[in-house]
Amino acid sequence: MFFASPKQLRARGIMGMNRRNVDYVAAHNPRHLYPLVDNKLKTKLLAEQAGIAVPKLLGTLQYQHDVRDLHSQLLPHEKFVIKPAKGSGGKGILVIAEREHEIYFKPSEEAISHEMLEHHVTNILSGLYSLSGTPDIAMIEAMIEAHNIFDAYSFEGVPDIRVIIFKGYPVMAMLRLATHASDGKANLHQGAIGVGIDLATGRALHAVQHDRPIYQHPDTQREFSELHIPDWDKLLPLAAACQEVTGLGYLGVDIVIDKNRGPLILELNARPGLAIQMANGTGIAPRLQQIEALSHEQRDAEARAKISKELFCRAP
Amino acid sequence: MHSRPKFLLFVLLLLVAGFGLTLYKHFALGFPLWPGEKTQVWTIEAKIEFMARDEPALVSFALPNSPPGMVILGEDFASPNYGFTEIKLHDQRRAQWSSRQAKDKQTVYYRLDVYEKAGEKESLTSQQPTSIQSPEFDEPFRTAANTLVDDLKQHSSDTRTFTLELLHTLNDENPSQNVRLLLGDRPGENFKAKLAIDLLSLAKIPARKVRGLFLESGRRRQALKSFIEIHDGKQWRLFNQTTTEEGVPKHFILWQRGGSSLLDIEGGHRSNVHFSIIENSHSARNIAVRYGKDEQAALVDFSIYSLPIEEQNAFKSILLVPIGAIIVVLMRILVGIRTSGTFMPILIALAFIKTSLLTGLFIFIFVVSAGLLIRSYLSHLNLLLVARISAVIIVVIALMAGMSIVSQKLGFSQALTVTFFPMIILAWTIERMSILWEEDGPKEVLIQGGGSLFVATLAYLCMTNRVVEYLTFNFPELLLVNLAFILLLGQYTGYRLTELRRFQPIAETEVNINNPLNNNDQAASNDNVLRKP
Repeated sequence: MFFASPKQLRARGIMGMNRRNVDYVAAHNPRHLYPLVDNKLKTKLLAEQAGIAVPKLLGTLQYQHDVRDLHSQLLPHEKFVIKPAKGSGGKGILVIAEREHEIYFKPSEEAISHEMLEHHVTNILSGLYSLSGTPDIAMIEAMIEAHNIFDAYSFEGVPDIRVIIFKGYPVMAMLRLATHASDGKANLHQGAIGVGIDLATGRALHAVQHDRPIYQHPDTQREFSELHIPDWDKLLPLAAACQEVTGLGYLGVDIVIDKNRGPLILELNARPGLAIQMANGTGIAPRLQQIEALSHEQRDAEARAKISKELFCRAP
Repeated sequence: MHSRPKFLLFVLLLLVAGFGLTLYKHFALGFPLWPGEKTQVWTIEAKIEFMARDEPALVSFALPNSPPGMVILGEDFASPNYGFTEIKLHDQRRAQWSSRQAKDKQTVYYRLDVYEKAGEKESLTSQQPTSIQSPEFDEPFRTAANTLVDDLKQHSSDTRTFTLELLHTLNDENPSQNVRLLLGDRPGENFKAKLAIDLLSLAKIPARKVRGLFLESGRRRQALKSFIEIHDGKQWRLFNQTTTEEGVPKHFILWQRGGSSLLDIEGGHRSNVHFSIIENSHSARNIAVRYGKDEQAALVDFSIYSLPIEEQNAFKSILLVPIGAIIVVLMRILVGIRTSGTFMPILIALAFIKTSLLTGLFIFIFVVSAGLLIRSYLSHLNLLLVARISAVIIVVIALMAGMSIVSQKLGFSQALTVTFFPMIILAWTIERMSILWEEDGPKEVLIQGGGSLFVATLAYLCMTNRVVEYLTFNFPELLLVNLAFILLLGQYTGYRLTELRRFQPIAETEVNINNPLNNNDQAASNDNVLRKP
């Protein structure tokens, strides 16, 4: 059948876009809190205050005349990332993996001159990558070095893990892997792979590319069944703690695993997408209802992560 | 949803108000619910002819006073060489035409447009009867009349039945001796009417003559028919003296009440008056608007109809925008079509209305494609956002100008309508599509561009629908209904049509948590179980 019936989808607990918007985003995310997550600089500062691990901030550039300081700011750093604070969907992120004096190299080994770097920063400041077109801030962050475990699964770029946090409880997780088809980007609708992760163990459950099931990485031919996220027991409480930081009830947390520092919060999203259901091969609605049915007693992030692990264990 | 009942109540209120006002306008003010509905309008022409005596002439003619069951749309008194005034004499409207010098045969016209409207009350019903003057009968008529009246009184219970009995008796095919004596040979209609009124007066019943006209299309040289009206102590009752039927008949216009003359001529003789009647149909809506304005109905008086025609036309298209909006909402929330810019399709649809659909589609696709080509060059220049969009705007204007000039030279005047497209919207569309192309590839551009054009075409088809156009303009209160539906849709949490496709692979798989990945990995899974606290 080309179409599923609404009944079939309901039986599998699939949440649609309208339901997400009305019952979760609008009902649990007060509008005035959006700037906290839409501005990555604010998110980062809040997270640091709360003792949550984030990629190290090396510097910021807010005004055009700051661009002259770019050179001196970058001088001590070999590897770094320049990104717009209000960018979305990975727009305007420039990763420098190597440098030789004034020549910078992207991970793809494409060379970039210092002038081009300055121009990129100018574009960020003018709001080229911010959704509303308003002036923006350029952030310079330490580059993340992907954990070795992902070498076999990732074509370029650092894989990130999206965890949906509802009322502070992790409800679903997926790993996003760039592919040759997605041009190194981790956006699922561009052809990246979404791998559903068992909340209890951090093991891969199910994988999709272009919303259709897939069993091995198309570029490396590795079976996803062998995939196991390291530091899972550290990662889940970290994600759950983001609820206290932002106050948002329905939250998407993007996490990367650094080779040296372990799980780091990369960014937060007040309107996380629905593709995570495809990646997990199951609907999110019953899990959200299970969380709503929980007693309202206060629990810390560690306890919440533990409850989620028990509730949503998928391993047989 | 802390106040769901309140929300539903609000929606219900909007629906009731919207539909209620619409129905009120339909039933009370006569606005038709469908375009092109016609109302019969009767045009009655009274042609007054007389021979003038070569001296000042004055024509005085009785006019109908708000006749029951009829609405007067307009009157025309135009007659060349005559001055005209309208006067009121004993509650009777009269037209007066006057001329300094009139000679030979003269003709004066009075034209009246009326339409029938059920339940239209006349304003004269409260009129009280004047004192009854005893009629004068000579012998032997007096005895005959008295006998007849006494006889009828015995056979009737009240004034109404008395009148009915009297009219029956007068119209009897084999009249009694008394009646035959009173009627004489071959009595005329007017004589019969006068006799009936005299006999009614003898019985102390207030009565008067009423004259009116049966409306039948295409009739010429008609004369007024005489009716009889009696006062039963509470109200006036109208009787057709020949058929003895009570009440105002259908297709009948009551012209004049009481005994005063229909036509008086000074300075002329051999006068006569003829009526001709034509039926024609007028737009029911125009008549309703006119009637509403005359009656000062607030809904019509304080409405778009009170604006100058030019502003009315502007509102005609403004009121269509909500139709486009609900199409966009439906397509977005129920179907899930991705468009480039949420409300861009409405603006494109408005442009299509001016250009016609196919021309509009062609122009849009041409301008956007050409714009994308040029924009791809601009993206190499690494311009800042505002400068780049400004550059695109200029490119769009150049394209529009070029297109107009070339099409004019080639003789395709349709392409001149390119100016109706909002250029800022075109520029933004090009900009957005271009970024989309760079970031998500041409496939996404085709999906969103196609989606936008599909929604715009759908909105265009709805907005140009004759019924929709008519209803939005003539029943602006339906906006409330539209608003209610949009509010309801805003709370719809069901699946979108496109999601039924998107999530179809999940629906196909068994509802089974032992999915293939983990089954291959049994050992590891067991391991998981062991590690669980």
